[in-house]
Amino acid sequence: MLEARDLAIGYGVRPIGTGLSVAVKPGEILCLLGPNGCGKTTLFRTLLGLLPSHGGTVLLNGRPITAMTRAAIARAVAYVPQAHAPPFPFEAVEVVLMGRTARLGAFSQPGKADRAAAHDAMRRLGIHDLAHRDYSRLSGGQRQLVLIARALAQEAALIVMDEPTASLDFGNQAQVLAQVADLARDASAEGHGVILSTHDPDQAFALDARVLLMCRGGVYAEGPAPEVLTDANLSTVYGLPVTVETTSSGRRVCLPSLSQSAPTMTSNAFTMA
Amino acid sequence: MGRGTTADVSLPRPGLTLTGALAVALALLAFGAVMIGPYALTPGQVLAALTGQGDPQAQIVVWNIRLPRVGAALLVGAALAAAGASYQALFRNPLVSPDILGVSAGAGLGAVAGIFLSLPVAAIQASAFVGGMVAVGVVMLVGALVRNTDRTLTLVLLGVVVGALAGAATSLLKVMADPYDQLPAITFWLLGSLASITMRDILPALPMVLVGLIPLALLRWRINVLSLGDDEARALGVEAGRTRFVVIAAATLITASVTALAGVVGWVGLVIPHIARMLVGPGFARLLPASALIGACYLLIVDTLARTIAAVEVPLGVLTAVIGAPFFVWLLARGRRGWS
Repeated sequence: MLEARDLAIGYGVRPIGTGLSVAVKPGEILCLLGPNGCGKTTLFRTLLGLLPSHGGTVLLNGRPITAMTRAAIARAVAYVPQAHAPPFPFEAVEVVLMGRTARLGAFSQPGKADRAAAHDAMRRLGIHDLAHRDYSRLSGGQRQLVLIARALAQEAALIVMDEPTASLDFGNQAQVLAQVADLARDASAEGHGVILSTHDPDQAFALDARVLLMCRGGVYAEGPAPEVLTDANLSTVYGLPVTVETTSSGRRVCLPSLSQSAPTMTSNAFTMA
Repeated sequence: MGRGTTADVSLPRPGLTLTGALAVALALLAFGAVMIGPYALTPGQVLAALTGQGDPQAQIVVWNIRLPRVGAALLVGAALAAAGASYQALFRNPLVSPDILGVSAGAGLGAVAGIFLSLPVAAIQASAFVGGMVAVGVVMLVGALVRNTDRTLTLVLLGVVVGALAGAATSLLKVMADPYDQLPAITFWLLGSLASITMRDILPALPMVLVGLIPLALLRWRINVLSLGDDEARALGVEAGRTRFVVIAAATLITASVTALAGVVGWVGLVIPHIARMLVGPGFARLLPASALIGACYLLIVDTLARTIAAVEVPLGVLTAVIGAPFFVWLLARGRRGWS
């Protein structure tokens, strides 16, 4: 559904990342990991066609994204930004309804079918009780779920999520992750393809995702989580000793060293940011 | 509240009855404003004059003095509030006013230049209109040339720059103007007034306001989406740049037309959309008509005060500022967000 080969990305004249190849299939979760400043957000904006690429092409269902209208792109890819505070007090269901925009004429308003789709999306995420609440007064976790509902209402096969669990509390993080896993592995329908960025490598294990580990604007490693997220890879990319351990329930977790004597604390992660 | 509990598919529409109530209030206020003035009229006299009967003097007062003035107040108030609602959605900030891109400063310079050159009234109005459109045109043009990732902030700052330049040129003309003849006219114009308005002044502004309102009404849903910011609007399928250009052009046409008619009337476009948003919510499909209706009512009341509370005309801009500025402080104190 999405394929990008040998992408060069960046703002202005100088690319900040090169040689990036990304591919996602339906039912697949691709987890983007890497230290601050490695180019995750820039890559996202390029994949969504919000930023022109410096080289290489992004193909959506086989068509180059540069040849598509914004509406056509929006019907193929939905974007879930980090939960934000909007300037105006829209009702949550109105925010979800905005996901229908790409299916409306330029001068039309959402109709009955669009409202039904918006309510269905909220019901599917178990947040229908929020429908008529003021979105700007919801908690961060609730807002994130509303934005995911908006992506569902958009009915795009691919969903791109920018750090969906950032700034959420422990419980909300788990809830949002569970919904992400559900989107990809929906048994009743063709699963969505999901690309998400995160700062927590544990999430890639929890989601059983494919991982794209980025470092300094390039791909450091790519593949299934257990193959990519190794002690050695994580230690190199994040610049401090990390060990991956398996819990008694069989789940893998990544444990960074918190020892202050770690000599590599000044490397990559901080100098790049 | 109980909203949406029974049939959640049909969104509740509290806006419709409210819009109707506002329209009725507007008609009553307009009728009342026609009665009030140095030559006071009874409701019967007004009705008779409207149907072309009764006292000839009352007919002249109604048709030649009161109706043009009431009509102009309604038009200017509705136009400024509608433009303000559009600019606020576009710039994602509820504390934005229609002159943010320099339209008032440009129109002010145009009018002052016209007065300075002793042009006839119609030419002064045309010059004000052109000045307002050119100021925003310059902002948009330079904004398109400047490569900056934050389009909105670029435009706002360029609006400040163009406004400052136009203000400087206006000040220079004021210094050079004839202090007995031209300067009072300039000062009065810059504070806004509907005194000595005639039907002939209103006629060119009316179609331009209507032409400007059409794209705003048509794009009502996309304007909501645009208020989420460029990246999100584009990811939702809106050609953000093009849509924003159309909305700015339409809102500027509206503002420049009525500024040419009434002079610089501040605060209406900032404050009224707020009140409308409190009543009908931020959805633009309801916000636009509600803003226009409340703006019309508001400016009608203010203009009626302006011509009746003192022996001389009080400039409109003075009254709207005296009412608007404290309201603005109250809004700030309520802690609504600015640019995030």
